[in-house]
Amino acid sequence: MLSARTLLIRGMVVGAIAGVVAYLFATLFGEGPISDAIAFEEAHAAALPAGEHEHEVVSRTVQSTIGLATASIIYGIALGGLYGIAVAIAAGRVGRLSARATAGLVALGGFVGVALVPFLKYPANPPATGNPDTLQQRTGLYFLMIVIGVAAVLGAVLVGRSLQPRLGTWNASTVALVGAAVLVGAILYVLPAVNEVPDGFSPILLWRFRLASLGTQAVTWATLGLLFGYLTERSQRRQPVPAVQPVAA
Amino acid sequence: MATISAAPTPATVPVAIPLRQILPWAAFGAVLAVVLLYFVGTEQGITSVVSGETVHEFVHDGRHLLGFPCH
Repeated sequence: MLSARTLLIRGMVVGAIAGVVAYLFATLFGEGPISDAIAFEEAHAAALPAGEHEHEVVSRTVQSTIGLATASIIYGIALGGLYGIAVAIAAGRVGRLSARATAGLVALGGFVGVALVPFLKYPANPPATGNPDTLQQRTGLYFLMIVIGVAAVLGAVLVGRSLQPRLGTWNASTVALVGAAVLVGAILYVLPAVNEVPDGFSPILLWRFRLASLGTQAVTWATLGLLFGYLTERSQRRQPVPAVQPVAA
Repeated sequence: MATISAAPTPATVPVAIPLRQILPWAAFGAVLAVVLLYFVGTEQGITSVVSGETVHEFVHDGRHLLGFPCH
């Protein structure tokens, strides 16, 4: 018998591990583009008077090591907790899937809703490519896009589930997914575009950075889905058939 | 990926947890997650709880790579 408490805690622990994996990936693939972007930023910034240095609150070394690790791990813990709750709700409610398959599917849905859909419209931007004056608007649009992405995934699952008895699993899933994709596509088309990348910024650098960013998200969600599923299946095997269900507090 | 078999054993399909049991944990987890995500993602961007730039600068690289809009 699964319990919400166990799944929440497991989600946060696995999330921390996913954060470590994401940190390693980001260090390997993301730090290079970030350094190059900062070099571009500094080369194009107004020159400071001789002898003066820009005031650095946190050094680049700290930002690219402890700072990045802290951000990835805290992000992983937060995401993992929400993910654990999502698995607790989905387990036994979506098709006839095992807990492990449900965990994988929820992670896939999470990646699409939280990372991929927002990325399609408002992809991650390296340093030097954002206008501080539009930050408020960009932040609002970005979170709106996450809400739309998550709503589309949830909507597809609910519609698919309700169509399943009449259409069968494959047809119901296809109709639900195509419907969600068309709806999201229309929204992507309508929402305002944001493009503040300055002239002269290397397109290859932009591509490398965005790929690294999407990869970091993919690695986070893949670790969540696979490790959480494995641990859940293992814990179920340990207690094969509960004779009496313990009364939950 | 689930193993595809003609007759899935019913024992592998977990019993759904009643929503009433999930609710308190969901509320607790969601509040905690929102606070954590706020500090990683947007603190000292358009809103600030802690004054200065230290939080923003500390998580700077992560904020960019995780896709949050940043300066």
